[in-house]
Amino acid sequence: MDHPPAQSASAQPEVHHHSPPQGFIWKYVFSLDHKVIGKQYYFLSLVAVFVGMVLSWLMRMHLAWPTVAIPLLDKLSPNGAPGGVITPEYYLSLLTLHGTIMVFFVLTTAPQAGFGNFILPIQIGAEDMAFPRLNMLSFWVTFVAFCLMVTSLFVKDGPPISGWTAYAPLSAIGPAGGPGLGLGQELWAFSIATFCIGSLLGALNFIATTLDLRARGLSLMRLPLTVWGWLITAVLTLLSFAVLLTACVLLILDHVGGTSFFIPGGLVVSDQLQPHSGGSPLLWQHLFWFFGHPEVYIAILPGLGIIANILACTARRPPLGYKVITFSMLSIGFLSFVVWGHHMFLSGMSPFSALTFSVPTLIITMPAAIVSLCMICTLYGGKIRFNSFGLFAIGFVSVFVTGGLSGFFLAQPSIDTYLHATYFVVGHFHMVMAVAAIFGMFAGTYFWFPKMFGRMMNETLGKVHFWLTFVGVYAIFMPMHYIGFAANVRRYASFTDDYMIPLIPVHRFITVAALVTGGAQLIFFFNLFWSMFRGKLAPANPWGATQLEWTVPSPPPFDNFGGKHPVVYHGAYEYGVQGSTGDYVMQDSPEKIVSS
Amino acid sequence: MGKVFAVVLTIITLVSTYFFVVRRWWMPVDISVHGPGVDRQIIETMLGTGILFVLSQLALAGFAWKFGGPGEGRKIKTFPGGASGLVIAVVVIVGIEILTLSLVGSKVWAGMYFVPAPANALHVDVQAEQFAFYFRYPGPDGEFGPIHPDKINDGNGDYFGLDPANDVSARDDIIVGTLTVPIGKPVLLTMHSKDMIHSFYVPELRIQQDIVPGLDIPIHFTATKTGKYEIVCTQLCGLGHYSMRAYIEVLPQDQFDQWLKGQSQ
Repeated sequence: MDHPPAQSASAQPEVHHHSPPQGFIWKYVFSLDHKVIGKQYYFLSLVAVFVGMVLSWLMRMHLAWPTVAIPLLDKLSPNGAPGGVITPEYYLSLLTLHGTIMVFFVLTTAPQAGFGNFILPIQIGAEDMAFPRLNMLSFWVTFVAFCLMVTSLFVKDGPPISGWTAYAPLSAIGPAGGPGLGLGQELWAFSIATFCIGSLLGALNFIATTLDLRARGLSLMRLPLTVWGWLITAVLTLLSFAVLLTACVLLILDHVGGTSFFIPGGLVVSDQLQPHSGGSPLLWQHLFWFFGHPEVYIAILPGLGIIANILACTARRPPLGYKVITFSMLSIGFLSFVVWGHHMFLSGMSPFSALTFSVPTLIITMPAAIVSLCMICTLYGGKIRFNSFGLFAIGFVSVFVTGGLSGFFLAQPSIDTYLHATYFVVGHFHMVMAVAAIFGMFAGTYFWFPKMFGRMMNETLGKVHFWLTFVGVYAIFMPMHYIGFAANVRRYASFTDDYMIPLIPVHRFITVAALVTGGAQLIFFFNLFWSMFRGKLAPANPWGATQLEWTVPSPPPFDNFGGKHPVVYHGAYEYGVQGSTGDYVMQDSPEKIVSS
Repeated sequence: MGKVFAVVLTIITLVSTYFFVVRRWWMPVDISVHGPGVDRQIIETMLGTGILFVLSQLALAGFAWKFGGPGEGRKIKTFPGGASGLVIAVVVIVGIEILTLSLVGSKVWAGMYFVPAPANALHVDVQAEQFAFYFRYPGPDGEFGPIHPDKINDGNGDYFGLDPANDVSARDDIIVGTLTVPIGKPVLLTMHSKDMIHSFYVPELRIQQDIVPGLDIPIHFTATKTGKYEIVCTQLCGLGHYSMRAYIEVLPQDQFDQWLKGQSQ
């Protein structure tokens, strides 16, 4: 598809105009509209991120002051926190739930299913996703998965204590192994299996929509980088979540079907020989990380797309190297499937495989470095506007680079032998995956809020939120790298080892930083809900952006383009040119481009 | 706003780097023959990534400082060399970095894992279980008694599941809670777990190795400094994971011989 024949916008063919559904239930609950479903995903993630953040506060408070009584916590879990003091096993439950909720229901959900659902169809000029019913089903399946996961907080011995990675045999052995490993672990496995189904349906829908429903003139190389991010992520989701689904089914069978997929023979727990034989704990790790490593990119690729897209708008110039960024993202996606073993250097698998997995892991830093440099140099020579989304976009680049560089250490087995399972790893993945992805979500929210809710967010509050968060995340996660270097082990409920006791003051600093930074997020929550009802009404294109979603009113009508089919004449980033409306030319504008 | 951002990011970069440079929190002194190789690898990686960290953050700060604001009348410029320049720079710089690190690093790793333990190595059998490590020496006969999982019973103190009544080689096995080794002599550990995955981590030895139920995992090292160091578990193994630890004591050869003799009596 090259340039379409020139025609004026008014000559676009009229199509059947769909009228919106009537009644609250069909409009807001079981809606088929991708925009409502996108918001549903977004709000689900908002609830999840709040729960996950509170869990991390509880963990951080316990690590800094192990004997402190936390008000009301004994009401939630009389066994886990008698008198409000967290027990070591309840700490592990909190840790498991924090990791699981954040990775699955926040990092996997909001950037892809939330923003992707709302924005992608409009950005490609479609009136909805390819399969609206499947879309509705994906959300409600994901919602059920979230409910299952949260339910584990309220069962008798609480959520599982096996971590978000659920390593077998701890996760497979049942209640004999410790609290939360019976019903709690089963709920976990059912929840994740359900989540996988929702994600698989969503991924199918994203791929079909992007490939089949693009507007006339919107060739692949004219796609906004956001769409590339979502498309590649959808492919990764389809290939990796299928494997996790299988792994979870096997785990459930080990619990309820008497099988031994992940449990070897001769296991003695609490002096009882277990009735299992023939399973392999490493099988779980291979299956889990075959999903788990692409998952890291599932969390970050939509963010990369969103940020590359926003940086161009905020710097008022095309991204440096549109094609280079696209092909780098594609190669990151491909390579993400051949590096999973770097999580297992010390797992007992063949030490020869360690080198095999180390090399592609080091190679993947190349496309990642190329994307980062393209983003940094996109700012060069631009006319940068530092509004809230611009600040978060530039902040994203900073934390992504920081988190990515510590990956150099962990990619090497000879260094991993020292740093594996220390706080260095915690600092690394929080920075590169969690904080970066969340900066992507913040930038996305400040950028698309006018489009999603028809009103503007408060800029001053947005900036205050940015400064506190940006300094805060460095204050939380940089010290983790230091104590990791001092061999502080992760996943410990308290630090009683001789050499870790002197590191406790650093943990107190991190806890204070986490509470303050977490508190700063309340500014964001307030801004979000206040602006939804009280913000200034938003024009169609408040930021002078070029993509198709900015050609329709804010918020867009039910069928997005009012029954018209938009036609695309330009690439996605015609900034820094002389357009009839300013320094940019919209993608659907038939005007010729004159460089300014 | 761009200038404020540039200043804040520069301060963050300098403070972050400072604590690494002064080694305020750092690795403990290494006590193994392979340790200096690991440390060199870590330092080289630290130098490479440190330089890239400072350069890229300062570039980001510099561009935010210089190219902020509407800049009326100013023309949009493109980074000299464009995207293909960046690609070439990354392929060359990161490529050399990766190549050097993997070539040198592979040698360090190979030295630890690809070479079998020397024939004269002291052989110690390690049993990990929910929240303790136990160490077994073969005794005067130089042979370990076979393990019978059904005989494992912590209540009786039979951590390894030995059957001395029927297995002659099990009768002189020595089982202790502290890993005691002589200085300067290769030590071969064969590690197994009776219940969950555990991990054997001694920061000073620069060794960390998962212990997986169902597998016998060998690892060998030679200690170079006497003293008592902590062994900690680094694989989430249950509710008492944080408290799972033991000690390794490195003794001069004569003291070690004496200790071993005392144990077998």
